[in-house]
Amino acid sequence: MSFFSDTAKVFVRESRPIFYDPFTPVFSLAQPLVFLALLGPLVAATPGIPGESPWQWFVPGIVVMVSLFGTSMTGSNLQYEMTTGSHERIMVAPLNRAAIMTGKALKEIAPLVVQGAIIVLVMLPFGFRLYPLGALLGLAILAVLGIGLGALSYALALASQGKEWLFWGVQQTLLFPLLILSGMMLPLEQGPAWMRAVSTVNPLTYIVEAERTLFAGEYAWDVVGPGVVAAVATAAVGLTVGILTMRRQTV
Amino acid sequence: MIHTRGLARDFRAKKEVVKAVKGIDIDVSPGELVAFLGPNGAGKSTTLRMLTTSLRPTRGTATVAGHDVLAAPVEVRRAIGYIGQGNGVSHNHRIVDELVDHGRFYGMTGRDARRRAAELLELLGLAGMAKRSIGTLSGGQRRRADIALGLMHRPALLFLDEPSTGLDPQNRANLAEEIVRLRAELGMTIFLTTHYLEEADQLAERVLIIDDGEVIAAGSPAELKATLAGDRITLGMADEVAAKSAAALLEGSARETTVSGATVILTVENGESALPRTLRALDAADLPADTAKLRIPTLDDVFLSLTGRTLRDADAA
Repeated sequence: MSFFSDTAKVFVRESRPIFYDPFTPVFSLAQPLVFLALLGPLVAATPGIPGESPWQWFVPGIVVMVSLFGTSMTGSNLQYEMTTGSHERIMVAPLNRAAIMTGKALKEIAPLVVQGAIIVLVMLPFGFRLYPLGALLGLAILAVLGIGLGALSYALALASQGKEWLFWGVQQTLLFPLLILSGMMLPLEQGPAWMRAVSTVNPLTYIVEAERTLFAGEYAWDVVGPGVVAAVATAAVGLTVGILTMRRQTV
Repeated sequence: MIHTRGLARDFRAKKEVVKAVKGIDIDVSPGELVAFLGPNGAGKSTTLRMLTTSLRPTRGTATVAGHDVLAAPVEVRRAIGYIGQGNGVSHNHRIVDELVDHGRFYGMTGRDARRRAAELLELLGLAGMAKRSIGTLSGGQRRRADIALGLMHRPALLFLDEPSTGLDPQNRANLAEEIVRLRAELGMTIFLTTHYLEEADQLAERVLIIDDGEVIAAGSPAELKATLAGDRITLGMADEVAAKSAAALLEGSARETTVSGATVILTVENGESALPRTLRALDAADLPADTAKLRIPTLDDVFLSLTGRTLRDADAA
Protein backbone atom coordinates (compact mmCIF):
# COMPACT_ATOMS: atom_id res chain seq x y z
CA MET A 1 0.00 0.00 0.00
CA SER A 2 1.66 3.16 -1.19
CA PHE A 3 -0.50 5.24 1.16
CA PHE A 4 1.11 3.83 4.32
CA SER A 5 4.68 3.64 3.05
CA ASP A 6 4.44 7.13 1.51
CA THR A 7 2.95 8.49 4.75
CA ALA A 8 5.93 7.05 6.63
CA LYS A 9 8.41 8.58 4.16
CA VAL A 10 6.80 12.02 4.34
CA PHE A 11 6.57 11.79 8.13
CA VAL A 12 10.27 10.91 8.42
CA ARG A 13 11.28 13.83 6.21
CA GLU A 14 9.03 16.29 8.06
CA SER A 15 10.33 15.19 11.44
CA ARG A 16 14.05 15.49 10.69
CA PRO A 17 14.55 19.09 11.81
CA ILE A 18 13.32 18.15 15.31
CA PHE A 19 16.38 15.94 15.71
CA TYR A 20 18.81 18.55 14.39
CA ASP A 21 17.84 20.99 17.04
CA PRO A 22 16.22 19.35 20.04
CA PHE A 23 15.53 22.71 21.68
CA THR A 24 12.87 23.83 19.21
CA PRO A 25 10.18 21.49 20.56
CA VAL A 26 10.76 22.77 24.10
CA PHE A 27 8.50 25.73 23.45
CA SER A 28 5.72 23.59 22.09
CA LEU A 29 6.06 21.39 25.17
CA ALA A 30 5.87 24.38 27.46
CA GLN A 31 2.66 25.65 25.88
CA PRO A 32 0.21 23.20 27.49
CA LEU A 33 1.85 23.79 30.87
CA VAL A 34 1.21 27.50 30.54
CA PHE A 35 -2.46 26.83 29.86
CA LEU A 36 -2.65 24.43 32.77
CA ALA A 37 -0.98 26.87 35.15
CA LEU A 38 -3.07 29.88 34.15
CA LEU A 39 -6.44 28.30 33.40
CA GLY A 40 -6.36 25.31 35.72
CA PRO A 41 -6.80 27.25 38.99
CA LEU A 42 -9.75 29.16 37.51
CA VAL A 43 -11.43 25.99 36.37
CA ALA A 44 -10.73 24.28 39.70
CA ALA A 45 -12.47 27.19 41.45
CA THR A 46 -15.53 26.99 39.18
CA PRO A 47 -18.43 25.19 40.86
CA GLY A 48 -20.29 22.50 39.00
CA ILE A 49 -17.41 20.75 37.26
CA PRO A 50 -18.55 17.17 36.85
CA GLY A 51 -16.45 14.16 37.84
CA GLU A 52 -14.29 13.14 40.75
CA SER A 53 -11.82 16.05 40.50
CA PRO A 54 -11.80 19.20 38.34
CA TRP A 55 -8.43 18.08 36.94
CA GLN A 56 -9.92 14.88 35.65
CA TRP A 57 -12.30 17.08 33.68
CA PHE A 58 -9.82 19.73 32.65
CA VAL A 59 -6.73 17.75 31.57
CA PRO A 60 -8.39 15.97 28.61
CA GLY A 61 -9.66 19.35 27.40
CA ILE A 62 -6.13 20.73 27.43
CA VAL A 63 -4.85 17.70 25.52
CA VAL A 64 -7.50 18.20 22.82
CA MET A 65 -6.70 21.89 22.65
CA VAL A 66 -2.97 21.27 22.20
CA SER A 67 -3.66 18.83 19.37
CA LEU A 68 -6.01 21.35 17.79
CA PHE A 69 -3.40 24.11 17.88
CA GLY A 70 -0.66 21.84 16.55
CA THR A 71 -2.46 20.28 13.62
CA SER A 72 -4.21 23.43 12.46
CA MET A 73 -0.69 24.81 11.92
CA THR A 74 0.15 22.17 9.30
CA GLY A 75 -0.63 24.63 6.54
CA SER A 76 1.60 27.31 7.97
CA ASN A 77 4.68 25.13 7.47
CA LEU A 78 3.42 24.44 3.97
CA GLN A 79 3.25 28.17 3.26
CA TYR A 80 6.94 28.39 4.00
CA GLU A 81 7.68 25.48 1.70
CA MET A 82 5.57 27.02 -1.05
CA THR A 83 7.57 30.23 -0.85
CA THR A 84 10.97 28.56 -0.95
CA GLY A 85 10.05 26.01 -3.63
CA SER A 86 10.32 22.64 -1.93
CA HIS A 87 6.55 22.12 -1.97
CA GLU A 88 6.58 22.18 -5.76
CA ARG A 89 9.15 19.43 -6.00
CA ILE A 90 7.19 17.28 -3.59
CA MET A 91 4.06 17.70 -5.72
CA VAL A 92 6.08 16.49 -8.72
CA ALA A 93 7.36 13.42 -6.83
CA PRO A 94 5.37 10.19 -7.30
CA LEU A 95 3.83 10.27 -3.83
CA ASN A 96 0.28 9.42 -2.85
CA ARG A 97 -1.50 12.75 -2.36
CA ALA A 98 -3.35 11.76 0.80
CA ALA A 99 -0.07 10.45 2.20
CA ILE A 100 1.60 13.84 1.74
CA MET A 101 -1.06 15.48 3.92
CA THR A 102 -1.23 12.64 6.42
CA GLY A 103 2.54 12.54 6.86
CA LYS A 104 2.66 16.28 7.46
CA ALA A 105 -0.27 16.18 9.90
CA LEU A 106 1.23 13.28 11.85
CA LYS A 107 4.41 15.27 12.33
CA GLU A 108 2.32 17.88 14.15
CA ILE A 109 0.57 15.18 16.17
CA ALA A 110 3.70 13.28 17.24
CA PRO A 111 4.75 15.82 19.90
CA LEU A 112 1.32 15.31 21.47
CA VAL A 113 2.46 12.00 22.93
CA VAL A 114 5.32 13.77 24.73
CA GLN A 115 3.15 16.75 25.63
CA GLY A 116 0.47 14.43 26.99
CA ALA A 117 3.01 12.56 29.11
CA ILE A 118 4.36 15.81 30.57
CA ILE A 119 0.88 17.09 31.40
CA VAL A 120 0.03 13.86 33.14
CA LEU A 121 3.29 13.82 35.13
CA VAL A 122 2.79 17.39 36.25
CA MET A 123 -0.83 16.80 37.24
CA LEU A 124 -0.38 13.54 39.14
CA PRO A 125 0.55 15.28 42.43
CA PHE A 126 -2.66 17.34 42.19
CA GLY A 127 -4.91 14.34 42.36
CA PHE A 128 -5.19 13.54 38.65
CA ARG A 129 -5.53 9.82 38.07
CA LEU A 130 -4.09 8.25 34.97
CA TYR A 131 -5.82 5.35 33.21
CA PRO A 132 -3.16 4.34 30.68
CA LEU A 133 -5.37 2.37 28.29
CA GLY A 134 -8.00 5.10 28.18
CA ALA A 135 -5.34 7.75 27.64
CA LEU A 136 -3.81 5.77 24.76
CA LEU A 137 -7.19 5.27 23.11
CA GLY A 138 -7.84 8.97 23.58
CA LEU A 139 -4.57 9.88 21.87
CA ALA A 140 -5.38 7.52 18.98
CA ILE A 141 -8.70 9.32 18.43
CA LEU A 142 -6.86 12.64 18.48
CA ALA A 143 -4.39 11.34 15.88
CA VAL A 144 -7.27 10.54 13.53
CA LEU A 145 -8.84 13.93 14.21
CA GLY A 146 -5.45 15.55 13.64
CA ILE A 147 -5.10 13.98 10.19
CA GLY A 148 -8.40 15.60 9.21
CA LEU A 149 -7.55 18.99 10.71
CA GLY A 150 -4.04 18.86 9.23
CA ALA A 151 -5.44 18.13 5.78
CA LEU A 152 -7.95 20.98 6.10
CA SER A 153 -5.17 23.32 7.18
CA TYR A 154 -3.08 22.11 4.23
CA ALA A 155 -5.95 22.76 1.82
CA LEU A 156 -6.46 26.21 3.33
CA ALA A 157 -2.80 27.05 2.79
CA LEU A 158 -3.01 25.88 -0.84
CA ALA A 159 -6.15 27.90 -1.46
CA SER A 160 -4.69 31.04 0.12
CA GLN A 161 -1.38 30.80 -1.75
CA GLY A 162 0.03 34.27 -2.27
CA LYS A 163 -2.32 35.68 0.41
CA GLU A 164 -0.71 34.45 3.61
CA TRP A 165 -2.82 36.72 5.82
CA LEU A 166 -5.92 34.92 4.55
CA PHE A 167 -4.67 31.63 6.00
CA TRP A 168 -4.23 33.14 9.45
CA GLY A 169 -7.51 35.03 9.26
CA VAL A 170 -9.51 31.90 8.50
CA GLN A 171 -7.57 29.65 10.86
CA GLN A 172 -7.99 31.98 13.85
CA THR A 173 -11.60 32.83 13.05
CA LEU A 174 -12.59 29.17 12.97
CA LEU A 175 -10.37 27.83 15.72
CA PHE A 176 -11.63 29.76 18.72
CA PRO A 177 -15.40 29.40 18.20
CA LEU A 178 -14.90 25.67 17.59
CA LEU A 179 -12.81 25.43 20.72
CA ILE A 180 -15.17 27.30 23.01
CA LEU A 181 -18.32 25.73 21.57
CA SER A 182 -17.05 22.24 22.31
CA GLY A 183 -16.91 22.73 26.07
CA MET A 184 -13.21 22.13 25.94
CA MET A 185 -12.15 24.89 28.31
CA LEU A 186 -15.30 25.75 30.23
CA PRO A 187 -18.37 23.60 30.78
CA LEU A 188 -21.31 24.44 28.51
CA GLU A 189 -23.87 22.78 30.78
CA GLN A 190 -24.70 26.11 32.45
CA GLY A 191 -24.41 28.06 29.19
CA PRO A 192 -27.30 29.60 27.28
CA ALA A 193 -29.48 27.30 25.19
CA TRP A 194 -28.15 28.55 21.84
CA MET A 195 -24.58 27.68 22.82
CA ARG A 196 -25.62 24.19 23.82
CA ALA A 197 -27.55 23.88 20.55
CA VAL A 198 -24.56 24.90 18.45
CA SER A 199 -22.30 22.58 20.38
CA THR A 200 -24.40 19.59 19.33
CA VAL A 201 -23.41 20.13 15.69
CA ASN A 202 -19.75 20.73 16.52
CA PRO A 203 -17.83 17.49 15.93
CA LEU A 204 -15.28 18.56 18.53
CA THR A 205 -17.94 18.36 21.25
CA TYR A 206 -18.20 14.59 20.73
CA ILE A 207 -14.45 14.20 20.67
CA VAL A 208 -14.01 16.18 23.91
CA GLU A 209 -16.71 14.08 25.58
CA ALA A 210 -15.06 10.87 24.40
CA GLU A 211 -11.66 12.05 25.67
CA ARG A 212 -13.07 12.90 29.12
CA THR A 213 -14.69 9.51 29.37
CA LEU A 214 -11.54 7.66 28.28
CA PHE A 215 -9.23 9.71 30.50
CA ALA A 216 -11.53 8.86 33.42
CA GLY A 217 -10.93 5.18 32.71
CA GLU A 218 -14.50 4.60 31.66
CA TYR A 219 -15.15 2.77 28.42
CA ALA A 220 -18.68 3.94 27.83
CA TRP A 221 -19.12 3.22 24.14
CA ASP A 222 -22.25 5.34 23.85
CA VAL A 223 -19.99 8.35 24.59
CA VAL A 224 -16.75 7.13 22.98
CA GLY A 225 -18.47 5.86 19.81
CA PRO A 226 -19.74 9.27 18.62
CA GLY A 227 -16.26 10.68 19.32
CA VAL A 228 -14.65 8.04 17.12
CA VAL A 229 -17.23 8.71 14.40
CA ALA A 230 -16.58 12.47 14.60
CA ALA A 231 -12.80 11.93 14.32
CA VAL A 232 -13.08 9.54 11.38
CA ALA A 233 -15.56 11.83 9.63
CA THR A 234 -13.23 14.82 10.10
CA ALA A 235 -10.34 12.81 8.65
CA ALA A 236 -12.42 11.69 5.65
CA VAL A 237 -13.73 15.18 4.95
CA GLY A 238 -10.30 16.74 5.46
CA LEU A 239 -8.49 14.38 3.12
CA THR A 240 -11.20 14.69 0.47
CA VAL A 241 -11.13 18.48 0.58
CA GLY A 242 -7.33 18.41 0.54
CA ILE A 243 -7.11 16.12 -2.47
CA LEU A 244 -9.74 18.10 -4.39
CA THR A 245 -7.84 21.32 -3.67
CA MET A 246 -4.61 19.75 -4.95
CA ARG A 247 -6.35 18.43 -8.05
CA ARG A 248 -7.78 21.83 -8.86
CA GLN A 249 -4.27 23.19 -9.18
CA THR A 250 -2.19 20.27 -10.29
CA VAL A 251 -2.95 17.14 -12.21
CA MET B 1 10.48 12.18 -25.15
CA ILE B 2 8.14 15.19 -25.12
CA HIS B 3 5.26 15.72 -27.52
CA THR B 4 2.66 18.41 -27.09
CA ARG B 5 -0.19 19.42 -29.37
CA GLY B 6 -2.08 22.64 -28.83
CA LEU B 7 -1.01 22.74 -25.18
CA ALA B 8 -2.60 25.80 -23.60
CA ARG B 9 -3.21 27.31 -20.22
CA ASP B 10 -5.49 30.20 -19.27
CA PHE B 11 -5.43 32.00 -15.96
CA ARG B 12 -8.33 33.91 -14.53
CA ALA B 13 -7.25 37.26 -13.11
CA LYS B 14 -10.13 39.27 -11.67
CA LYS B 15 -12.74 38.73 -14.39
CA GLU B 16 -10.36 38.61 -17.32
CA VAL B 17 -9.01 35.47 -18.90
CA VAL B 18 -5.27 35.69 -19.45
CA LYS B 19 -3.98 33.29 -22.06
CA ALA B 20 -0.56 32.48 -20.62
CA VAL B 21 0.21 29.70 -23.10
CA LYS B 22 -1.69 29.77 -26.37
CA GLY B 23 -1.54 26.28 -27.78
CA ILE B 24 1.99 25.15 -28.45
CA ASP B 25 3.41 22.11 -30.22
CA ILE B 26 6.73 20.82 -28.93
CA ASP B 27 8.66 17.72 -29.95
CA VAL B 28 11.80 16.70 -28.11
CA SER B 29 13.66 13.50 -29.03
CA PRO B 30 15.53 11.33 -26.53
CA GLY B 31 19.00 12.67 -25.74
CA GLU B 32 18.33 16.23 -26.88
CA LEU B 33 19.24 19.32 -24.87
CA VAL B 34 16.56 21.87 -25.62
CA ALA B 35 16.30 25.40 -24.26
CA PHE B 36 13.10 27.33 -23.99
CA LEU B 37 14.11 30.97 -24.43
CA GLY B 38 11.89 33.96 -23.89
CA PRO B 39 11.36 37.05 -21.76
CA ASN B 40 9.81 36.95 -18.29
CA GLY B 41 6.12 36.25 -18.52
CA ALA B 42 6.33 34.62 -21.96
CA GLY B 43 4.86 31.36 -20.66
CA LYS B 44 8.02 29.30 -20.17
CA SER B 45 7.44 28.23 -16.59
CA THR B 46 3.73 27.72 -17.18
CA THR B 47 4.56 25.30 -20.00
CA LEU B 48 7.17 23.55 -17.90
CA ARG B 49 4.76 23.16 -15.00
CA MET B 50 2.20 21.59 -17.33
CA LEU B 51 4.81 19.17 -18.66
CA THR B 52 5.83 18.18 -15.13
CA THR B 53 2.23 17.62 -13.86
CA SER B 54 2.28 20.47 -11.40
CA LEU B 55 -0.22 22.52 -13.38
CA ARG B 56 -3.35 21.34 -15.16
CA PRO B 57 -3.50 22.29 -18.87
CA THR B 58 -6.60 24.17 -20.02
CA ARG B 59 -6.51 22.67 -23.50
CA GLY B 60 -4.36 20.40 -25.63
CA THR B 61 -2.36 17.26 -24.95
CA ALA B 62 1.10 16.50 -23.65
CA THR B 63 2.94 13.20 -23.65
CA VAL B 64 6.03 13.17 -21.48
CA ALA B 65 8.38 10.18 -21.26
CA GLY B 66 5.74 8.09 -23.02
CA HIS B 67 2.84 8.96 -20.71
CA ASP B 68 -0.02 11.38 -21.00
CA VAL B 69 0.25 14.05 -18.28
CA LEU B 70 -3.48 13.98 -17.54
CA ALA B 71 -4.17 10.28 -17.87
CA ALA B 72 -1.03 8.96 -16.16
CA PRO B 73 0.52 11.73 -14.04
CA VAL B 74 2.12 9.31 -11.58
CA GLU B 75 4.01 7.51 -14.36
CA VAL B 76 5.21 10.87 -15.69
CA ARG B 77 6.35 11.90 -12.20
CA ARG B 78 8.25 8.67 -11.75
CA ALA B 79 10.13 9.15 -15.02
CA ILE B 80 11.16 12.77 -14.79
CA GLY B 81 13.42 14.91 -12.66
CA TYR B 82 12.32 18.46 -11.98
CA ILE B 83 14.42 21.34 -10.76
CA GLY B 84 12.11 24.28 -10.23
CA GLN B 85 12.78 27.97 -9.95
CA GLY B 86 12.82 27.94 -6.18
CA ASN B 87 14.93 25.78 -3.89
CA GLY B 88 13.73 22.19 -3.97
CA VAL B 89 15.78 21.56 -0.85
CA SER B 90 14.06 22.85 2.28
CA HIS B 91 16.04 25.45 4.20
CA ASN B 92 15.51 23.72 7.55
CA HIS B 93 16.95 20.39 6.47
CA ARG B 94 20.44 19.01 6.04
CA ILE B 95 21.50 18.40 2.45
CA VAL B 96 22.19 14.71 2.73
CA ASP B 97 18.87 14.03 4.48
CA GLU B 98 16.93 15.87 1.80
CA LEU B 99 18.67 13.84 -0.88
CA VAL B 100 18.10 10.52 0.84
CA ASP B 101 14.44 11.25 1.62
CA HIS B 102 13.89 12.41 -1.94
CA GLY B 103 15.35 9.15 -3.23
CA ARG B 104 12.98 7.27 -0.90
CA PHE B 105 10.04 9.19 -2.38
CA TYR B 106 11.00 7.60 -5.70
CA GLY B 107 11.06 4.13 -4.21
CA MET B 108 14.82 3.78 -3.70
CA THR B 109 15.94 1.71 -0.73
CA GLY B 110 17.61 3.56 2.14
CA ARG B 111 20.99 2.05 1.31
CA ASP B 112 20.75 2.82 -2.42
CA ALA B 113 19.59 6.38 -1.65
CA ARG B 114 22.48 6.98 0.76
CA ARG B 115 25.02 5.68 -1.75
CA ARG B 116 23.53 7.77 -4.55
CA ALA B 117 23.44 10.89 -2.35
CA ALA B 118 27.13 10.50 -1.49
CA GLU B 119 27.94 10.05 -5.18
CA LEU B 120 26.05 13.20 -6.20
CA LEU B 121 27.47 15.32 -3.39
CA GLU B 122 30.90 14.33 -4.64
CA LEU B 123 29.97 15.02 -8.27
CA LEU B 124 28.62 18.48 -7.47
CA GLY B 125 31.41 19.50 -5.14
CA LEU B 126 29.28 19.42 -1.98
CA ALA B 127 30.95 16.43 -0.34
CA GLY B 128 32.18 18.37 2.70
CA MET B 129 28.77 19.89 3.32
CA ALA B 130 26.60 16.79 3.63
CA LYS B 131 25.57 17.65 7.18
CA ARG B 132 25.21 21.39 6.74
CA SER B 133 21.69 22.71 6.92
CA ILE B 134 20.61 24.25 3.66
CA GLY B 135 19.84 27.63 5.20
CA THR B 136 23.55 28.11 5.91
CA LEU B 137 24.70 27.58 2.30
CA SER B 138 25.47 30.18 -0.34
CA GLY B 139 23.11 30.67 -3.28
CA GLY B 140 25.39 28.75 -5.63
CA GLN B 141 25.74 25.82 -3.22
CA ARG B 142 21.99 25.73 -2.69
CA ARG B 143 21.42 25.58 -6.42
CA ARG B 144 23.88 22.72 -6.74
CA ALA B 145 22.01 20.93 -3.96
CA ASP B 146 18.79 21.43 -5.96
CA ILE B 147 20.45 19.85 -8.97
CA ALA B 148 21.64 16.89 -6.91
CA LEU B 149 18.04 16.48 -5.75
CA GLY B 150 16.76 16.41 -9.34
CA LEU B 151 19.32 13.74 -10.25
CA MET B 152 18.77 11.42 -7.27
CA HIS B 153 16.54 8.89 -8.99
CA ARG B 154 18.53 8.91 -12.26
CA PRO B 155 15.74 10.36 -14.41
CA ALA B 156 15.93 9.85 -18.17
CA LEU B 157 14.39 13.29 -18.65
CA LEU B 158 15.35 16.32 -16.61
CA PHE B 159 13.47 19.61 -16.49
CA LEU B 160 15.23 22.72 -15.26
CA ASP B 161 13.28 25.92 -14.75
CA GLU B 162 15.58 28.95 -14.92
CA PRO B 163 18.47 27.00 -13.39
CA SER B 164 20.75 30.02 -13.04
CA THR B 165 18.36 32.66 -11.74
CA GLY B 166 19.81 34.53 -8.80
CA LEU B 167 23.36 33.36 -9.45
CA ASP B 168 26.23 35.71 -10.20
CA PRO B 169 27.91 35.44 -13.63
CA GLN B 170 30.72 33.28 -12.27
CA ASN B 171 28.35 30.75 -10.73
CA ARG B 172 26.15 30.89 -13.79
CA ALA B 173 29.05 29.89 -16.02
CA ASN B 174 30.00 27.10 -13.61
CA LEU B 175 26.46 25.81 -13.59
CA ALA B 176 26.29 25.75 -17.39
CA GLU B 177 29.49 23.72 -17.49
CA GLU B 178 28.07 21.44 -14.83
CA ILE B 179 24.92 20.78 -16.85
CA VAL B 180 26.87 19.98 -20.00
CA ARG B 181 29.18 17.68 -18.07
CA LEU B 182 26.38 15.86 -16.25
CA ARG B 183 24.55 15.30 -19.47
CA ALA B 184 27.64 13.88 -21.15
CA GLU B 185 28.16 11.56 -18.16
CA LEU B 186 24.58 10.54 -17.58
CA GLY B 187 23.11 10.72 -21.08
CA MET B 188 19.87 12.44 -20.12
CA THR B 189 17.37 14.36 -22.18
CA ILE B 190 17.32 17.91 -20.82
CA PHE B 191 14.65 20.55 -21.23
CA LEU B 192 15.43 23.89 -19.64
CA THR B 193 13.97 27.36 -19.62
CA THR B 194 16.03 30.50 -19.51
CA HIS B 195 15.87 34.17 -20.25
CA TYR B 196 19.64 34.41 -20.46
CA LEU B 197 20.76 34.43 -24.07
CA GLU B 198 24.29 33.31 -23.38
CA GLU B 199 22.97 30.34 -21.47
CA ALA B 200 20.75 29.18 -24.32
CA ASP B 201 23.53 29.85 -26.80
CA GLN B 202 26.18 28.04 -24.81
CA LEU B 203 24.11 25.05 -23.71
CA ALA B 204 21.40 24.14 -26.11
CA GLU B 205 21.50 22.12 -29.25
CA ARG B 206 18.07 23.41 -30.06
CA VAL B 207 16.34 26.57 -28.94
CA LEU B 208 12.61 27.20 -28.87
CA ILE B 209 11.89 30.90 -28.73
CA ILE B 210 8.66 31.70 -26.93
CA ASP B 211 6.98 35.06 -26.74
CA ASP B 212 3.54 35.93 -25.43
CA GLY B 213 2.53 32.30 -25.04
CA GLU B 214 3.54 31.14 -28.50
CA VAL B 215 6.61 29.41 -29.94
CA ILE B 216 7.78 31.83 -32.61
CA ALA B 217 10.94 30.07 -33.80
CA ALA B 218 12.84 26.82 -33.32
CA GLY B 219 16.24 25.61 -34.38
CA SER B 220 19.87 25.33 -33.36
CA PRO B 221 21.37 28.63 -32.19
CA ALA B 222 23.54 28.74 -35.35
CA GLU B 223 20.57 28.08 -37.64
CA LEU B 224 18.42 30.69 -35.96
CA LYS B 225 21.13 33.29 -36.18
CA ALA B 226 21.93 32.53 -39.79
CA THR B 227 18.35 32.49 -41.04
CA LEU B 228 16.78 35.10 -38.81
CA ALA B 229 19.51 37.60 -38.08
CA GLY B 230 22.57 37.18 -40.31
CA ASP B 231 26.08 38.50 -39.80
CA ARG B 232 26.54 42.20 -40.16
CA ILE B 233 29.47 44.01 -41.82
CA THR B 234 29.77 47.75 -41.18
CA LEU B 235 32.09 49.64 -43.56
CA GLY B 236 33.32 53.20 -43.02
CA MET B 237 33.87 54.82 -46.44
CA ALA B 238 35.57 58.08 -47.39
CA ASP B 239 32.32 59.98 -47.94
CA GLU B 240 28.66 59.57 -48.80
CA VAL B 241 29.32 59.31 -52.54
CA ALA B 242 31.85 56.54 -52.04
CA ALA B 243 29.40 54.80 -49.68
CA LYS B 244 26.64 54.84 -52.28
CA SER B 245 28.99 53.48 -54.97
CA ALA B 246 30.18 50.75 -52.62
CA ALA B 247 26.59 49.80 -51.81
CA ALA B 248 25.75 49.55 -55.49
CA LEU B 249 28.81 47.37 -56.08
CA LEU B 250 28.12 45.01 -53.16
CA GLU B 251 24.35 44.75 -53.43
CA GLY B 252 24.47 41.44 -55.27
CA SER B 253 26.61 39.67 -52.69
CA ALA B 254 24.70 40.74 -49.55
CA ARG B 255 21.29 39.78 -48.27
CA GLU B 256 20.58 43.36 -47.31
CA THR B 257 22.43 46.63 -47.90
CA THR B 258 21.81 49.96 -46.21
CA VAL B 259 23.65 53.27 -46.43
CA SER B 260 23.66 55.94 -43.78
CA GLY B 261 26.03 58.85 -44.35
CA ALA B 262 29.48 57.46 -45.15
CA THR B 263 28.60 54.09 -43.58
CA VAL B 264 27.49 50.97 -45.44
CA ILE B 265 25.87 48.12 -43.53
CA LEU B 266 25.69 44.70 -45.15
CA THR B 267 23.79 41.71 -43.86
CA VAL B 268 25.53 38.58 -45.09
CA GLU B 269 25.76 34.87 -44.47
CA ASN B 270 29.03 33.57 -43.12
CA GLY B 271 30.51 36.98 -42.32
CA GLU B 272 33.99 35.71 -41.55
CA SER B 273 34.65 34.79 -45.16
CA ALA B 274 32.48 37.57 -46.60
CA LEU B 275 34.52 40.30 -44.89
CA PRO B 276 37.90 39.76 -46.65
CA ARG B 277 36.08 39.11 -49.93
CA THR B 278 34.22 42.39 -49.61
CA LEU B 279 37.38 44.35 -48.82
CA ARG B 280 39.17 42.88 -51.84
CA ALA B 281 36.23 43.76 -54.11
CA LEU B 282 36.23 47.32 -52.80
CA ASP B 283 39.98 47.67 -53.34
CA ALA B 284 39.63 46.35 -56.88
CA ALA B 285 36.94 48.95 -57.63
CA ASP B 286 39.19 51.64 -56.15
CA LEU B 287 36.72 52.30 -53.31
CA PRO B 288 38.89 51.46 -50.28
CA ALA B 289 37.13 51.19 -46.92
CA ASP B 290 38.62 53.19 -44.03
CA THR B 291 37.17 50.95 -41.35
CA ALA B 292 35.52 47.55 -41.34
CA LYS B 293 33.67 45.80 -38.53
CA LEU B 294 32.09 42.37 -38.40
CA ARG B 295 29.36 41.55 -35.95
CA ILE B 296 28.25 37.97 -35.41
CA PRO B 297 24.64 38.05 -34.22
CA THR B 298 23.42 36.84 -30.85
CA LEU B 299 20.10 35.22 -30.08
CA ASP B 300 19.00 38.68 -29.00
CA ASP B 301 19.29 39.80 -32.63
CA VAL B 302 17.15 36.81 -33.54
CA PHE B 303 14.55 37.82 -30.98
CA LEU B 304 14.72 41.41 -32.22
CA SER B 305 14.15 40.45 -35.82
CA LEU B 306 11.22 38.21 -34.82
CA THR B 307 9.45 40.58 -32.45
CA GLY B 308 10.86 44.05 -32.99
CA ARG B 309 11.98 44.10 -29.32
CA THR B 310 15.16 43.00 -27.66
CA LEU B 311 14.89 40.42 -24.90
CA ARG B 312 15.99 43.01 -22.36
CA ASP B 313 13.23 45.41 -23.44
CA ALA B 314 10.75 42.58 -23.26
CA ASP B 315 11.96 41.70 -19.75
CA ALA B 316 11.63 45.29 -18.61
CA ALA B 317 8.13 45.65 -20.08
